[in-house]
Amino acid sequence: MSARSIFARPARLAAIAPYLWMVLFFLVPFGFVLKISLSQTAIAQPPYVPLFDVTEGWAAIKAALAELSLDNFKLLVSDSLYISSYLRSVFVAVTSTAILLLIGYPIAYGMARLPRRWQPIAMMLVIVPFWTSFLIRIYAWINILQHDGLLNKVLLALHIVSAPVVWLSTDSAMYIGIVYSYLPFMILPLYATLAKLDFALLEAASDLGASPGRAFWLVTFPLSLPGVGAGALLCFIPIVGEFVIPDLLAGSGSMMIGQTLWLEFFTNKDWPVASAAAVALLLLLIPPLLLYDRLQRRQLGGAS
Amino acid sequence: MTEESPEIDAPKADAAAAHTLQAEPIADMPLLRIEGVGKKFGNFRAVDRLSLDIRAGEFFALLGPSGCGKTTLLRMLAGFETPDEGRILLGGKDIAQVPPHLRPVNMMFQNYALFPHLSVRDNIAFGLKRAGMAREKIATRVAEMVALVKLDGMEKRKPDQLSGGQKQRVALARSLARRPQVLLLDEPLAALDKKLRESTQLELMDLQRRLGMTFIIVTHDQEEAMTVANRIGVMDAGRLEQVATPRDLYEAPRSRWVAEFIGDVNLFDGEVGWREHNRLLVTTKDGVTLAVAEPRQTVTKSTVTVAIRPEKVKLSRRAPVSDAANTHAINRLEGVVTDVGYLGGLTVYKVKLDSGAVIRSSMANTARLDMDAYLVGQRVVAWFTPDDCMVLEQ
Repeated sequence: MSARSIFARPARLAAIAPYLWMVLFFLVPFGFVLKISLSQTAIAQPPYVPLFDVTEGWAAIKAALAELSLDNFKLLVSDSLYISSYLRSVFVAVTSTAILLLIGYPIAYGMARLPRRWQPIAMMLVIVPFWTSFLIRIYAWINILQHDGLLNKVLLALHIVSAPVVWLSTDSAMYIGIVYSYLPFMILPLYATLAKLDFALLEAASDLGASPGRAFWLVTFPLSLPGVGAGALLCFIPIVGEFVIPDLLAGSGSMMIGQTLWLEFFTNKDWPVASAAAVALLLLLIPPLLLYDRLQRRQLGGAS
Repeated sequence: MTEESPEIDAPKADAAAAHTLQAEPIADMPLLRIEGVGKKFGNFRAVDRLSLDIRAGEFFALLGPSGCGKTTLLRMLAGFETPDEGRILLGGKDIAQVPPHLRPVNMMFQNYALFPHLSVRDNIAFGLKRAGMAREKIATRVAEMVALVKLDGMEKRKPDQLSGGQKQRVALARSLARRPQVLLLDEPLAALDKKLRESTQLELMDLQRRLGMTFIIVTHDQEEAMTVANRIGVMDAGRLEQVATPRDLYEAPRSRWVAEFIGDVNLFDGEVGWREHNRLLVTTKDGVTLAVAEPRQTVTKSTVTVAIRPEKVKLSRRAPVSDAANTHAINRLEGVVTDVGYLGGLTVYKVKLDSGAVIRSSMANTARLDMDAYLVGQRVVAWFTPDDCMVLEQ
């Protein structure tokens, strides 16, 4: 046996490990969800039919397969509840991502321009909120935003408002919560790209006649686009499916798709429709991912 | 496209039009005058009240070990650093406080600093667009520049798709495109391999001569500085040790430091004895008396260092026969060869003299089958003329 094959085996294992992980924790569960989305509700345990039972032989499986249908997806398209919550999710996610970008970019830029020894400290400060559970932080926001909460007290004390403002159960509260929670996910990839930026490029730009502002738009910003893309995706995708923040901070007027899913799954016990909604959500998120992939390829690939 | 020729007109016309000189520029006013310029970083004096004149059309090299302040000086010329004191006069106008994007100088950066997201064409056009040049004029100028640095057919490539040598050309074209009054080059060839570096040095010289531009290059490579520059400023600890032509720097260094920094040298400390026939007789510490030519500037100190370049030291088996009148004309030192280093074109010998001192001699291998090579342990005479000796005051 050659030395090569001895070493090759663990290396090969390491190479397929990520695929194994994806299969076990993504593809297999997704298969279940996809199957349930094609089933019908039933008052049973589990609450849907048909069930596959491999012990009953090939004929039974074939019969079960025949029972699967796209009815739930038809329902999603025909019922405005689902369409409007999809639209709202996308709208909220787009708006939040835009706000996150507007707030996150200057912060990341400032961090990248700090003296080297201060940068790890700034990074710590961005990450520190993660030491407290996400849920607890959202509850803290309820406290801050409520009628006699900290925000209203400050606004009253500064005479900015004359009467307490209703924050809680509004979209503003939801946006505050989302932007607060996702800001690190926007800042970190942006910071990583901006910190790598060769400062000599900015000097070259100014040497060639670009004012500091022009140099930013012509050099820094285009070169930070991969970070912008990564940060935007990292925020956009989970915000589309966000459940906790809108549920705790927004009003009950309109729902995001995550809330609709919850409602179908836990309140209505309609697993098949909930699964169909989840599958549809996944399909909805594929186009932005592909777009990002293409943009990144173009960045890397150059003119060819 | 009408203009296929890579020739571009000398920058004078443009520069004169764009730049508001005084009505009558003073005749012998240099293009660039650095006047008592100083820069400190914390407590470290990077550039120490340095003054230097550079004439239009010169290829000037700033040479020195790392940390000598040459790059800081260049960056002050480009505008990336602001001097703490002194003036930088370009065409008579103080530009010390002018931000880089408003200066009529351009820089070629050490690692090229090409914009990775822009094509070769857009990199070269970057400065022209900022200058508000018309679209057609930009296209013409870029085509000229591409031809000038022989990058035809590469216009659409991104920097990542270029070799090191090609990147270097793009950087050069980009910095030349605006026809700056002064082109600053920060270690422009450091990233190239030796062969390519040597051929690029020659191209750079040719380019500078053809364009009639003023180039200031910063380098730590003395051969490079000697090859390309008309004049070299040797820097150490933020000061100019000597400003001279490459030849003077090598054959007439002003200080022991410069003599040791440029090339290889044998140094003998000694006391000035007496003078005769325009010769100084210097007695070294090991008790050897050397006859040296009296330098142009009179020697005021009694303790001096005699410096002899190794290639001036010849070896022979016997001392060369000299006529009686010239007995004192030649220094003859006997010793034993202790080390032989064969370098191809040259052979470097170390000879331990009977006085105890060691002298190095390098001899050109002019014949292919050299019967005259010396061997370790062989007794030889090392000889050199008084004119080959340089007298340095400490």
